[in-house]
Amino acid sequence: MSDIREYLKDHILYLDGGMGTLLQKRGLKPGELPERWNITHPEIITELQKGYFDAGSNVIYANTFGANSLKFDDEELTAIIHGALDVARAAREQSKATQEKFIALDIGPMGRLLKPYGDMDFDEAVEVYAKTVRIGSKYGADLICIETMNDSYDTKAALLAAKENSDLPVFVTNAYGEDGKLMTGASPAAMIAMLEGMHADAIGANCSLGPVQLRGVVEEYVKYASVPVILKPNAGLPRSVDGETVYDVMPDEFSSIMQEYADMGVRVLGGCCGTTPDYIRATVDKTLPDMAKTIEKNPVTDKEITIISSYTHAVEFNDSPVLIGERINPTGKKRFKQALRDEDIDYILGEGLKQQDAGAHVLDVNVGLPEIDEPALLDKVTCELQAIIDLPLQIDTTDPVAMERALRHYNGKPLINSVNGKQAVMDEVFPLAAKYGGLVVALTLDEDGIPDTSCKRVEIARKIIDEAAKYGIKPKDLLFDTLAMTISADTGAALATLQSLHIIRKELGCHTSLGVSNISFGLPQRELVTSTFFALALEEGLSAAIMNPHSQEMMKVYHTYRALHDLDENCMDYIEFAQNYVPAGPAGGNGAGTAAGGTAGASGAGAGTSEGGSGLASGQATDGSKDEYGSPLKRAIVKGLKEQAANITRDLISKGNASLEIVNDEIIPALDIVGQGFEAKKMYLPQLLMSAEASQCAFEVIKEDMASHPGEAVSRGKFVIATVHGDIHDIGKNIVKLIMENYGFEVYDLGKDVPPEDVVKEAERTGAPIVGLSALMTTTVPAMEETIKLLKEKLPEVKTVVGGAVLTQEYADAIGADFYAKDAMATVRYALEVVGG
Amino acid sequence: MGNVVNLKIYDPNKFHSLLTVNKNEVMRYGGMMTSRSLVSPDESDEAKAEVIKLIDECMAEAMPVLTYKVCYRRVRVDWEDNVPVLPFDHFGSLNLANNLKGCNEAVMFGATIGVGIDRLITKYNHLSPSKALIMQALGAERVEALCDLFNDEIKEEAAGSGLSCKPRFSPGYGDLPLAVQKEFVAILDCAHLIGINLNESMLMSPSKSVTAIIGLYGSI
Repeated sequence: MSDIREYLKDHILYLDGGMGTLLQKRGLKPGELPERWNITHPEIITELQKGYFDAGSNVIYANTFGANSLKFDDEELTAIIHGALDVARAAREQSKATQEKFIALDIGPMGRLLKPYGDMDFDEAVEVYAKTVRIGSKYGADLICIETMNDSYDTKAALLAAKENSDLPVFVTNAYGEDGKLMTGASPAAMIAMLEGMHADAIGANCSLGPVQLRGVVEEYVKYASVPVILKPNAGLPRSVDGETVYDVMPDEFSSIMQEYADMGVRVLGGCCGTTPDYIRATVDKTLPDMAKTIEKNPVTDKEITIISSYTHAVEFNDSPVLIGERINPTGKKRFKQALRDEDIDYILGEGLKQQDAGAHVLDVNVGLPEIDEPALLDKVTCELQAIIDLPLQIDTTDPVAMERALRHYNGKPLINSVNGKQAVMDEVFPLAAKYGGLVVALTLDEDGIPDTSCKRVEIARKIIDEAAKYGIKPKDLLFDTLAMTISADTGAALATLQSLHIIRKELGCHTSLGVSNISFGLPQRELVTSTFFALALEEGLSAAIMNPHSQEMMKVYHTYRALHDLDENCMDYIEFAQNYVPAGPAGGNGAGTAAGGTAGASGAGAGTSEGGSGLASGQATDGSKDEYGSPLKRAIVKGLKEQAANITRDLISKGNASLEIVNDEIIPALDIVGQGFEAKKMYLPQLLMSAEASQCAFEVIKEDMASHPGEAVSRGKFVIATVHGDIHDIGKNIVKLIMENYGFEVYDLGKDVPPEDVVKEAERTGAPIVGLSALMTTTVPAMEETIKLLKEKLPEVKTVVGGAVLTQEYADAIGADFYAKDAMATVRYALEVVGG
Repeated sequence: MGNVVNLKIYDPNKFHSLLTVNKNEVMRYGGMMTSRSLVSPDESDEAKAEVIKLIDECMAEAMPVLTYKVCYRRVRVDWEDNVPVLPFDHFGSLNLANNLKGCNEAVMFGATIGVGIDRLITKYNHLSPSKALIMQALGAERVEALCDLFNDEIKEEAAGSGLSCKPRFSPGYGDLPLAVQKEFVAILDCAHLIGINLNESMLMSPSKSVTAIIGLYGSI
């Protein structure tokens, strides 16, 4: 038997067909685990698998689809996998067919969803798959087939487990829906980018649809994949006839379509649900005679496509420039540094979303500060960002430990920032890029610093390409940054950068990136210089820029460049941009500076922000609404107007009002108006929340101000809050958190599913006098009781307040809580009482 | 009956109830009806108008990411001493027995509107709790609308063979423990067909999913 990877080079490889439907015909009950049949009915499995070998299959998937440690204990799991491989080997021995025969360890989805959808951690998932892989390779599987995966993150966990625990070849196929995407949203290109980055040996699609419906998916695979493409579709779509499932594509039609796909370049053919040995035999009969010709026509070649991905989509580097948003980075940003120290994830996520809205294609993520635990924080921020934002991320760190953790947990193929020509750095970064996949930003500097000449920079680039090749990293997976240095120090700096950019793009054929804004450091009106430099660099072949997407000047260059280079069909993108374009007025300051501190959507209105705020305020004063609420800020908060609340607050601060006065005289009284309205049932819960959000925006401005005047504090007291162990409902908890923060409490939010010990530990650490606990399900109230008990035991002076859908006063009394809060306002009232506010 | 699990994927453009949202229901699921004595019928109610505006914003963002999928299986209901023999209930739920009284057949189903709404809920949990609340409520309203649509189709189909439907009954109701979910979703092959998975506490992800059984009985 040869190595299957070698065999694939000059053969079409035939897989087996459906198993589940055949087992049901033999008496497998609904809900029964088919893997147990390896032990109880081995002769049936052998017989069915022999049928596939006889029909011409090269690969049999052992009956291990659901064999994992979530379904079976260790002993049974070992017996089942060992048994499955023995059974398949028996089939191989019994079949008299003469083709090459391989036996695959089959791995299907483990049946639990990963975070953020489900409750399972990525590393836990890797361990589940790893167990199956270790047993399978110990008992002699020839290869590993990961199949029917409908979530990209789950797929990554399985592939990583296979790679870390065996040297076997790994095939990966995903189950695409009728929209051409995985259940959790990934496109074929996104999957291809990630799986090839992690060195899957063959990739493709299986199950869920018939061969006809998968045409679009197949086209994407043959277009993008540089490794052999697999197709293992169902026998069409199922329907029910007289209590039997019937599929609508028969062997003849099935094999004709498969023949067509083989001709398009699909190299590995098989069948899934509803297919039988007849389908495989027909496919073999149609494609085997012309195999040599088909292979010659469609050699497996590197597609030379530079691509990165998020959990939903791929971003391709080609003629149209890629914008990498630079705002998630503490350099020079006091407020952002404060957010990192406080682990204020919401603030960081807000920065990410604003950049997405402004048009960024990728987000750079840099959380490096000397005094923080960068590996932990980068990991956390990466996971939180990819839970809510579908843009690919650029992992930006100089700490290899932080880099590895973030790369491991990233859901897709990221940009990696960065490597350079220093041997020590290449020794650290390339192994990580080779293992986890990624497009690596490569800076053209080395041990001797940044060369002055383009010639030397290109030399370093060549050295990096050679070194990367040692790790199997191709030039297409390097993104060269020829280093923009400020022209205020050396007026020749821009020329050196542009020349080396030109050579690397046009002669070495590699893609390029620049942190463009460095070019203007130290100069007045920096944006004027930066945006012109951006345009020049694009003309020299710049593929991507790390830039501020809130800068109108930069976006202007981007859109006009695309329109002028025939990259914008009918100039539609440009026209849309132009419609929102607000020329800077005579009083307009530095756009970049304004936008940096601006709120969402500030990019268009940067110059007039503060005038706008006071303008609105005086406007309202004249229409009489001032009388009703007492002040414009109060009105903005009561009405839930976020941007106005922020603008008015900014205005008040600029006029010399003290932060603490604004909080006490404006924000808290406004919240009281809403709180009382809510309690009197004159306002709805969403209105209470909208007001709280508006005051949050006002607070945000105050925090920014305080970051520059440390010393002042506005804390009413500390409050620890958590959703109890076993419960994953956190909306109620989040509502209470928000309202409490608004009333000036420092809230320590432990999140959901929090063990009792962790609650006690946090209360002890912070010295908070009150702990809030939330539970939604009756099944988790005991966990709440346990938490209260432990708190009373370890910290008897701490008060507990409980709430949640299933709780009542009686329930709360029964489990020993100090206070039952029927809603968020009740929690506030009680907390104020406790701290004596 | 027997081994067949059927799959239905609804195109929202073809079903009125999937295309339109009952905003009063959204407000009810969001706990907004109880936070006020009752919504005034007065259309000029300013407070309500603001909430409706928020619902409209959420709908604009959420509706395009929803998918409407149901998988179901017709099962026989045998009776032993007034206890129905069901492939998933080993607990002998009295409430379910009562619900299924007179039925010799039933339809087990799983329904989901997909993970897109969960991502939006997560997003707004960080950014805007008011929107998170509405997204939650909207998701609940949507998956119930899906169940109603499916239920109506089953009703119609059953009527064709002279059968009527009992109200649908879900694991976790009354004395039918949530623990039966494991068998329930396995029998329906939910994970594979429509992407419903269970977590450790037997809760479903996507969170806006429903499993239930509908008893069928002869109307004579």
